[in-house]
Amino acid sequence: MVDKKPTFDEMNRADGSPRDTYARYSQWLENQDTARLNAKSAEAEALFRLTGITFNVYGMEEADERLIPFDLVPRIISANEWRTLAKGIEQRVRALNAFLYDIYHNQEIIRAGRLPAEMIANNEAFLPQMIGVAPPGNVYTHIVGTDLVRTGPDEFFVLEDNARTPSGVSYMLENRETMLHMFPELFSQIKVQPVSQYPRALRRSLRACAPPACTGMPTVAVLTPGIHNSAYYEHAFLADQMDAELVEGHDLRVVDGRVAMRTTNGYEPIDVLYRRVDDDFLDPLNFNPDSMLGVPGIMDIYRAGGITIANAPGTGISDDKAIYSYMPDIVEFYTGEKALLKNVPTWRCSEPEALKYVLDNLPELVVKEVHGSGGYGMLVGPAASKKEIEDFRAKLIAKPAGYIAQPTLALSTVPILTEAGLAPRHVDLRPYVLVSPDGIDITPGGLTRVALNEGSLIVNSSQGGGTKDTWVLEE
Amino acid sequence: MLGKTAGGLFWMFRYLERTENTARMLDAGLRIALTRSAAAESEWKSIITATGLRKEYEERHGSFTGPKIIDFLLRDKQNPGSTMAAVVNARNNARLVRTALTRELWEAVNESYMVLKDVLAHPITDRELPGVLQTIRQHAAIVRGTLAGTMLRNDIYDFARIGTFFERADNTARTLDVKYYILLPSVRHVGSPADNVQWEAILRSVSSVRAYQSVHHGDTDPRSIAEFLILDRRSPRSLAFCYDKIVSNLGYLSKANAAASASMEQANTLNAMFQERDIDAIFTQGLHEFTQCFLRESFRLGQQIEQDYRFTE
Repeated sequence: MVDKKPTFDEMNRADGSPRDTYARYSQWLENQDTARLNAKSAEAEALFRLTGITFNVYGMEEADERLIPFDLVPRIISANEWRTLAKGIEQRVRALNAFLYDIYHNQEIIRAGRLPAEMIANNEAFLPQMIGVAPPGNVYTHIVGTDLVRTGPDEFFVLEDNARTPSGVSYMLENRETMLHMFPELFSQIKVQPVSQYPRALRRSLRACAPPACTGMPTVAVLTPGIHNSAYYEHAFLADQMDAELVEGHDLRVVDGRVAMRTTNGYEPIDVLYRRVDDDFLDPLNFNPDSMLGVPGIMDIYRAGGITIANAPGTGISDDKAIYSYMPDIVEFYTGEKALLKNVPTWRCSEPEALKYVLDNLPELVVKEVHGSGGYGMLVGPAASKKEIEDFRAKLIAKPAGYIAQPTLALSTVPILTEAGLAPRHVDLRPYVLVSPDGIDITPGGLTRVALNEGSLIVNSSQGGGTKDTWVLEE
Repeated sequence: MLGKTAGGLFWMFRYLERTENTARMLDAGLRIALTRSAAAESEWKSIITATGLRKEYEERHGSFTGPKIIDFLLRDKQNPGSTMAAVVNARNNARLVRTALTRELWEAVNESYMVLKDVLAHPITDRELPGVLQTIRQHAAIVRGTLAGTMLRNDIYDFARIGTFFERADNTARTLDVKYYILLPSVRHVGSPADNVQWEAILRSVSSVRAYQSVHHGDTDPRSIAEFLILDRRSPRSLAFCYDKIVSNLGYLSKANAAASASMEQANTLNAMFQERDIDAIFTQGLHEFTQCFLRESFRLGQQIEQDYRFTE
């Protein structure tokens, strides 16, 4: 079931004329000299290096700090398109939080027969330690990065919900800063909705989720695995922008029923911990006993209302790829409305009929590990060799429940700048969504990831992906 | 402030100061090697001794020749005092305390790392050396200026300053210590050209030739050189000057931190070594004994600061 429609290019129509959304930008671009733009591209790279927006490749020396390539052709979304998307995202994120509350309490969705019990019972992303725990404001996913793809003028699909610790928001912010620095004239000609308020919105949102034990102004801290983590830059960046402390596990301990950080004046309690370590490493007493990254006993303090952990432990059950296939039902069950945003059709290989279909059609499908991420462990049928397909077939037969399959979508393209001029490349979009008892706040735009290799559909930075600034136009 | 951040700042600025100090020492050694080849080996030896890594150096390199020394001091990653190692360590600490720094300061440190990594990617020849040393000094100056121009005067600044002056005093004391015999009255041959060069080398290695001359109007004698480097509060590289600063920055910190009285007391005791006594009293005690005593006490102070301000658990 390969999508036979021609690829949708977001900038240009089939006849080569620019779409309305891009009209003014294209006009500007026409008057630019490719050599000058390529020089600007090098300038952008130097800026990124100086700022230190690098990521470490695991197992490499510091000489191998890499930059995620930045493409200076923006991805533009109209105010109208954005309004529709934002509504759909908000609905979906509300449903996610209602679902999480339900799953860790009465499990009414299972009682109602809308979700098979084994989807939860046999799911390693389900955290028994969270049963009966209601986080402040019943907010589970304080920060969500909803991955969207587009295949046509009005056709957007949610690819993943990313409700654990989505990363990349610092690129959204730095990409805009870089564009403002390099092309100030563009922003006076074209009115683009700002994104720079994100760190303040994040702080406000986190503070609004302070735990019962908090008295006075909530103290927020960002928990990082440390300077060798591939996303350390982002952790430091967000802590800095929020004026929060950037802590590691060894800065923290439990003192008098609170999680406290070691300051020059002794231990001081933390109210809200924006953690950028996975559940498994959060608490060696409650989860992985070998973890050096977390805080022994933090889960007990959390359950007693002594600290807010953002995102809440156990949110992985909601963005699991097998659960994903039930999202249209989940949205309907909790909101009473049809899902505004479409899901990509998904075959659950745990079901014999679906498995048979998938095995018969491997060369045309994308097959993903249920618990995989980062674009690893997946098969892109149309791009795979015969041998890769046969190797994957063997893995799939050995453990069908570990996989889901989806049709290969004809992802939309946006041009990138190459030495030879503009060339279309496939993109996706990750808007960042903040959830607090005060409401849901979505920063207009998000991070556009682009597959830099011609024809490639994999946008992950670890596999040849780059990023673009994403513009949502003013009304 | 997190204890870890305080520690990161202290070490970041120690390493930044060390970057420059190594370049200064190399500059002084180079001067001797170029002008008096007979004295070159002993000069190089004393520089290596001042880094505290003579044993490691001899095990790995054996002889004290210019190219080996230059490489050891500028590029050797196993030498924590080498310029490259110090720059890498300074930057790693800067990353650790990134949220305590202004963007400008972080970028200045990061840029100095990027530039020096390029410049020091291959062995440095004699011909390139002056240019390389100048680049190192320039970047140190940019970082220092950015600190002064962009950072709030708060506890962050205090730890940065304490790290800087702690390292600088340590460096001046080590330089004096390896050369103390040259400054002793017993081996004084006033005006002999050999000693003039040696004395000047001491001043040069702490970048104080011009400063000394303007204070002493061109007369070079060991007693006043020692006095200048130990007691003269006008010289930004003297022990007395550095401790003036340490005591005042530590004073701000300890006011806000009742538990940190031990390091304050120790710093005051150290500072008293430069008060109420003149250079003759130090010579009577013995210059070598004096610097050894200072280095011992300064090491203890470093440990006490680390403990008082909870750098680690």
